[in-house]
Amino acid sequence: MNTNMKRRLFLKASLASGAVGMAAAAGLLMPRVVLAARSEAAFKAESVDVAVKESMGSDSMTDSGEVTLEIPDNPENGAVVPVAVATTLTGVESIALLVEKNIKPLCGVFYPGKRMKPALSIRVKVGESADVIAVVKSGGKLYSARKAVKVTIGGCG
Amino acid sequence: MASNSIKIKAKAENGETTVKALIKHPMETGRRKDKETGEAIPINYIQEVTCSYQGEPVLTAEWGPTISKNPFMSFTFTGGAPGEAVELSWKDNKGGGESASATIK
Repeated sequence: MNTNMKRRLFLKASLASGAVGMAAAAGLLMPRVVLAARSEAAFKAESVDVAVKESMGSDSMTDSGEVTLEIPDNPENGAVVPVAVATTLTGVESIALLVEKNIKPLCGVFYPGKRMKPALSIRVKVGESADVIAVVKSGGKLYSARKAVKVTIGGCG
Repeated sequence: MASNSIKIKAKAENGETTVKALIKHPMETGRRKDKETGEAIPINYIQEVTCSYQGEPVLTAEWGPTISKNPFMSFTFTGGAPGEAVELSWKDNKGGGESASATIK
């Protein structure tokens, strides 16, 4: 095989694997254990309402004392803000975490399995001082809690 | 399974297992610029994390780029005994990913 042929083969192969890579990125080849497919629209949404609606199916939330959010009052560094969310609600289908003033407010959506206690800790980025919002879906309804967080160094730059 | 990016610990206590996981990942938002060249650093973040026990997902998470760099997550599930395994895997937007398992202590 001459060099030119090899080059052609190489190009072909890299084009093919490129296409597979793109399909994987689009979620086509990912195994789906989650009931709802990842909602790109929710993660791209620029408002809390749209992000909640796209990820949880509705944007009518009720403030609930059964959802608790633990965040340091003054975490200073917005790049690493520890957040602990917990709920006493049962039959939790999903939990979403949002930061109100981030350019894209939705940080993540968590789907607890049957065994998991509906509580978790994670660290998020907070671009500027804003409310952090937790939304819990239980029995098809949305319950939320929010807490204002003051950061001195923004976490999204 | 060995993994360079995942540190996972699981501890059983009073019939519950607490999982703590740390994943080494830049979680780039796509909005940062390289300080020297001024070029935008491409977006690169974990999109999906799954933790399972006995082949059943305990927690499945979908993340956006606003989860902090080198994400840390902890949660608790009922059941699990010392010596059993817990598995965790992640996938990012560039097709990267890894999985690891830990023995419950």
